[in-house]
Parts: sequence; C-alpha cells; structure tokens
Amino acid sequence: MSLRSPVGRVLGLGAAGEGVGHWWTQRVTSVALVLLGLWFVIALIGLPDRSYETVTSWMHDPFNAVMLSLLVGTAVYHSLLGVQVVVEDYVSDHGSKIVSMLALQFIHFILGALGIFSVLRVAFGSAA
Amino acid sequence: MAQFRLPKNSVVGVGKTYPAPAGAKDVRTFRIYRFDPESGQNPRYDTYEVDMATCGPMILDALIKIKNEIDPTLTFRRSCREGICGSCAMNIDGVNTLACTRATEDVKGTVKIFPLPHMPVIKDLVPDLTNFYAQYASVKPWLQTRTPAPPDRERLQSKEDQEKIDRPAACILCACCSTSCPSYWWNGDRYLGPAALLAAYRWIVDTRDEATGERLDELEDPFKLYRCHTIMNCTEACPKDLNPAKAIAEIKKKMAERRH
Repeated sequence: MSLRSPVGRVLGLGAAGEGVGHWWTQRVTSVALVLLGLWFVIALIGLPDRSYETVTSWMHDPFNAVMLSLLVGTAVYHSLLGVQVVVEDYVSDHGSKIVSMLALQFIHFILGALGIFSVLRVAFGSAA
Repeated sequence: MAQFRLPKNSVVGVGKTYPAPAGAKDVRTFRIYRFDPESGQNPRYDTYEVDMATCGPMILDALIKIKNEIDPTLTFRRSCREGICGSCAMNIDGVNTLACTRATEDVKGTVKIFPLPHMPVIKDLVPDLTNFYAQYASVKPWLQTRTPAPPDRERLQSKEDQEKIDRPAACILCACCSTSCPSYWWNGDRYLGPAALLAAYRWIVDTRDEATGERLDELEDPFKLYRCHTIMNCTEACPKDLNPAKAIAEIKKKMAERRH
C-alpha cells in the first residue's frame, strides 16, 4: 500500500509536454485522406475500363504515381497514429505497452514501405 | 489490459426482498446495489417495494423513505436535496444523475440504482471519490495572477468575459460526467476526466487569470488531456446541463492555437 498523497499520485511524473502534435497530425492526415481518397475514386471512375493494362499505364503517369504513394503513406501514418491511441487506452502494463508500440511501428513502416515500393515498381516498370 | 469483466469478489448476487406493506396503493419496486466491506461477502441487489402514495416524488425521497422506514442499513450520500451539492450522484436506470432531481415517475418499471460506475465502492451507493477530488485539486482551481489586486476594489471583468465562465463555473463536482466516461474508466489514474478538465477550462478562459500558459503546460500530456476521444457521455450525463466535452475541445484548440 502506498502512503503517497492522492494529489501526489495524480500529479505523477508531470505533464509530458506533448500530445498536441499527435492530435494535430491525426487531423491533418484525416483531411489529406479525404482529399486523396476522393481523387483516387474519381480517377478510377474516369478510367475507360478497369483492366490491368489500363490501370498500370495510368500509374505510369508521374502525377498519379506520386499521388498514389502519398495515399498509401498517409493511410499508413494515419493508421499508426490511431492504433497507437487504442494501445495507450487499453494496454496499461508499461512493458506490454512498449512492446506493442514497437511492434505497431515496425509493422506500419513495413506496410508503408511495401505499399510505396509496389506503386513505384509499377510506375517505373515497362509500359504494358 | 483494461479490465472488461468484474473480478470474482465484485460479482453481484441476489439479496433480500422487502415487500410493500399491506394496503399499499401505488407500489414501485427499487432494486438497489448493496455492498458492505465488513461482511466479507460479494455485493448483492436488494429489492424494496415502496408505497409511492406516502413517498415524495424524487428518487432521493424514496431512498430516504427506505432508510427511515424499511432498512436503516442502506447507505448513501445526500445533503441539499435540490441539485446544488452534488452529494447524491448515482447511477439510476442506467444513467448517472442526481437522485434528488430525478423523479421516480420518469423511470419506467423497476428502478435500478447503482453507485457511480467504475469507482471503488466504500459502502452501498457511496463511491470513493478521493482520486476524483485530487484530480480537481491538481488543476489549481483558483485565481493565479502576477498583477497585484487593486487596493480599493475587486479585479474587474466585462460582462461578456464573465459569460465565458458563467456556465463552466456552475459545476457542482458531482462526478456524474467523469464516471460516465469510458476513457476515465480505463485510465482514470492518468486521465484527468471531464470534471477536472472543465474546472481547468473555467480558469483558462477567466480573463482575470494570468496563468493561462502554465495551465495549458500542465495539461499538455497524452494522458491528462488527450485521452478524451469526444465520446460525449460527459455532456449527456451532466445533471446541470453543462458541456464538459466542449470545454475539453476548446482546451485542445488552444493547445493547437499557441503552436501555429
């Protein structure tokens, strides 16, 4: 049993002095995802057909390749920020929290790198 | 991990039933959570049938009648019986509210009464609010200034500026909001909760206060402030019709505002 005062316990280690960056970035990436998502859907609808050849040649356009890479990168980053909150909410054991965060960050960076690399590979590949 | 099931010693059993007296005309049933730490037993529900013909209209009237006439061991906090002291906050019919301002006739069927959710229970309907009050104290809920007070009068504030703190200052610290918040349930030891944040906001927007920056500094933390996920249960629960969720959103906006 701790004899520390209730106020002492509440003050704890003090304020971390951050949190606003995470909050702001989560909102910026949401807005970006709305815009990028709209662009993606409209662009796909605008294609004459959805065949492999049409889509890959569409991806050869530098603007489309950059936008797609941004879409994948932003989605992964937004997901990382969101899942981080879920872990902070529900995992209270400090050790498990650190391990979960590490795993999450690694998985998200791998997914992001794979996604962007895949887009670029198609973009830089030979035209269909 | 956050705990989703009740621990074994908190599982609620069925207790006694106290039937209505013979000749009762207007009978309502109250199912009330009971817990006595000295008995060593699990909590239980006791059922009381109350003759509303001889009882006042509010839930608190019924609780007082039960304690006076049926079962003196029933334990609950109460004081002003007019919604200004915040003592009789409890979970009635699934909603955190004040027993003194909630009418029995507004509850359909059996009236189910529990202590405020997810707090340690001292006895029956009395939760341990030590941590809640400490969180309130931690936001320094008093005026902080550098300018000395005028020698001949009080510190002045325009009518418009007073209106900014008018509603937030009406909080009675009943804890209905904080104990309705899932984020507070899971992380109540580190998240300050809507009541303490509403109190912090009341001083942040007070134009006479000169510690706004320090107040924001002390809240800028992933847990103290940013555990709020705008679930809005706090605003829904507040028996004084205050808006803690909006106050928290305003604090977050000020945090962003001073960075850009």
